[in-house]
Amino acid sequence: MTATLERVGAVRAAPAKGRSRARARHRLTVLAFLAPAITGFAVFFAYPLIATVGFSFTDYDLINPPVWIGFENYTYMFADKLFLTAVYNTLWFVVVLTIARVVFALGVASVIARLKSGVGLVRTLCYLPSLAPPVAAVLSFFLVMRPNEGPLDAFLGWFGVESPLWFADPAWAKPGIAAVMLWVSGDLMIIILAAILDVPQEQYEAAELDGAGAARRWWHITLPTISPVLMFGVVNSVIVSLQLFTQAVVAGSAASGAADITGATRYLGFPENSTLTFPVWLYTQGFRYFDMGYASAMATVLFVVSFAATALLVQRMRKATHQEEGSAGA
Amino acid sequence: MTAVLDSPAQARPKARDWRGALDWVAVHSLGLALALMFALPIVFVFLTAVMSDAQAFTKDLWPREWHWGNFLEVFDKAPLLKYLGNSLMYSLLATAGMLLSSIPAAYALAKLKWRGRNAVFLLVVGAMMLPPQVVAVPLYDSWSSLGLTGTLWPLIAPYFLFDAFSIFLLRQFILTIPQSYVDAARVDGCSEFQALVRIIVPMARPGIAATALFCFLFTWNDYFGPLLYTGEKPDQWTLSLALSSFKGLHHVQWNLAMAVTLLTMLPAVVLFAFAQRSFVKGITFTGVKG
Repeated sequence: MTATLERVGAVRAAPAKGRSRARARHRLTVLAFLAPAITGFAVFFAYPLIATVGFSFTDYDLINPPVWIGFENYTYMFADKLFLTAVYNTLWFVVVLTIARVVFALGVASVIARLKSGVGLVRTLCYLPSLAPPVAAVLSFFLVMRPNEGPLDAFLGWFGVESPLWFADPAWAKPGIAAVMLWVSGDLMIIILAAILDVPQEQYEAAELDGAGAARRWWHITLPTISPVLMFGVVNSVIVSLQLFTQAVVAGSAASGAADITGATRYLGFPENSTLTFPVWLYTQGFRYFDMGYASAMATVLFVVSFAATALLVQRMRKATHQEEGSAGA
Repeated sequence: MTAVLDSPAQARPKARDWRGALDWVAVHSLGLALALMFALPIVFVFLTAVMSDAQAFTKDLWPREWHWGNFLEVFDKAPLLKYLGNSLMYSLLATAGMLLSSIPAAYALAKLKWRGRNAVFLLVVGAMMLPPQVVAVPLYDSWSSLGLTGTLWPLIAPYFLFDAFSIFLLRQFILTIPQSYVDAARVDGCSEFQALVRIIVPMARPGIAATALFCFLFTWNDYFGPLLYTGEKPDQWTLSLALSSFKGLHHVQWNLAMAVTLLTMLPAVVLFAFAQRSFVKGITFTGVKG
C-alpha cells in the first residue's frame, strides 16, 4: 500500500513544475481573453459609478472645479417639486406598465401558443414592432392617436366613445406612452411563448385525462410552470420603466410642437410635466442646466433602486438555472 | 397522442367536435385580431407616407393618389444621407468592436475554469442592467475634457472594450456547445486561442450572428447616447435623432414625417426578414435559460 502511495507521489512530483507552469499559462490566457472587458468595465462602469457618487456631494457645472457641499443635493430633492413629480411619474410607469406589460405579453403568448395554423405569421407580426426605433414607434402612435384626425379616433367613434387628446392631455400622456410600450413588448412575448411551449406535454395529457378543460389546464399547469419566466418579466419591466427616457422625450417634444429637440427645455415633460420621468429630469438638470452635482445625486438614487431590482433579477435567474440543472440531472 | 386522448371521449364525439371547432375559431380569430392590432399602426404610417400634403391632414385613411415621390422628397428636406452615414458608422463600428472584445470574454466566462468566474459574471449582469443615465455625468465630463464631445467616438469606443449585454448573450450561446468539443481540441494540442478560433467561433456562428444583430439594432435605435454627445452638432446626428426633430421641423407635413419614420424602421425589418430564426433564438436566450 505504501508502495502504491509512494509511486503515485513520485509520478505526481515529477510534472509538478510543468503543471504549475501550465496553470500560470492558463491564468495568463484567461487574463488575456478578459483584458479588454476588464479595462472597459473599469473605465466605463466602475470609475464613473464611483465618480457619480463623488460628484453627488458637490456643486459642479462642468467648467469650474467641483465644490464640496455635503448632502445639500440630497436634501434639496425634498424641496424640488419637479423631482417629486418625476418620482411620481416613474413610479406610475413602474406599477402600471409592469402589470400591463406582463399581463399583455402573457395573454398574447397564450393565444399564439394555442394557434394551430398561422403561428409563424402571427408571431412575426407581434414581434416586428419591437424592432422599430423608439422614436419611430412613438411617432407612429402619434399619428394613429392624433385627436380628431387619427384612425383610433375614428375607431372609438364607431362605439360612440370620444377620444381623449392623448399626448396633449396631462391625464392621458402617460397611458399613451404605456400603449406604445405595450406595442413594442414583442421580445417579452417571445420569451413567455418559448416558456409555454417548453411545458412538458405529459402534464397536459395527464390533466386532460382527469377531465381538466383548457382554462383549468392553463391555470393549474401552464401558469405555475412558467412562473419563473413571469417573474423575470416583472423585474425586467421594472428596469425598463425605471429607464424610460426616449419615449417620454419624443412624445413630449412631438406634442409640444417644439422644432428643435436639443435647444428648448419647454417640451421636456410636456404637457404639464406629465411625461417628466426620473431619467428625463436627471438629463435636464445635468445636461440642460449643467447642474452636474444635483444630476449625480439623482443618478445615485437611480443606481440604488436599479441595483435592488437587478439583485432580485439575478436571484430569480439563478433559481431558474438551478431548477433547470436539477431537472436535467433527474 | 391524439389517439389516446380521443378514446375516452368517444361516447359523445359530436359534442366534442363542436366544442373543438368553436375553440379553434375563437382562438384563431383572437390570433388574427392580435396580428392586425400589431400590424395596423405600421400600415397607417405607410398609407399616410404616400398621401399628398393636403390629404395627410384629413381623416382619410386611404390615399386618393399614391405619392411615391414623398420618399424621395424627404431627402431634399433634410440631409438624410448624412444622418444615414452617421448611423451606419455608429452601428457598424460598434458591432465590429463588440465582436472583437466580447467573444473572447464570453468564451472565458463559459468554457474556461478559473476562480472568481461567477463573481465576474454577476458584474457583467449588473452592468447590463445599469441605466445609462447613472454613469452619464462622469463619462460626459471625461469625454468633454478629451475634446471628443460632438463626435460619435464616445458612443463607439466603449464597444471595443466592453459590452455587457453581448458578453452575457454570447456566453449563453457558448454554454450550449458541449464541453467535450473543447476538451478534444485541448487533447489534440490546441491552445485556448486556437480552440476559440477553430472550434467555438464556427460552432457558435448562429449565436454570434444573433448577438451582432442585437448590437446593430440597439445602436441603430439608440437615442440617449447620440442626444447626449451629438445633440448640439447637427452634422453628427444619427437617423433616430434626426427623426425626432424632423417631426418638429415639418410637423405640418405628416406624410413626409411618416416617410422618414418608415425609412428609419426599414433596416431593422430587412435584417429581421433575413435572420428571423437568429432573432427569435437570441430573444429566448435573453430570458431565463441558464
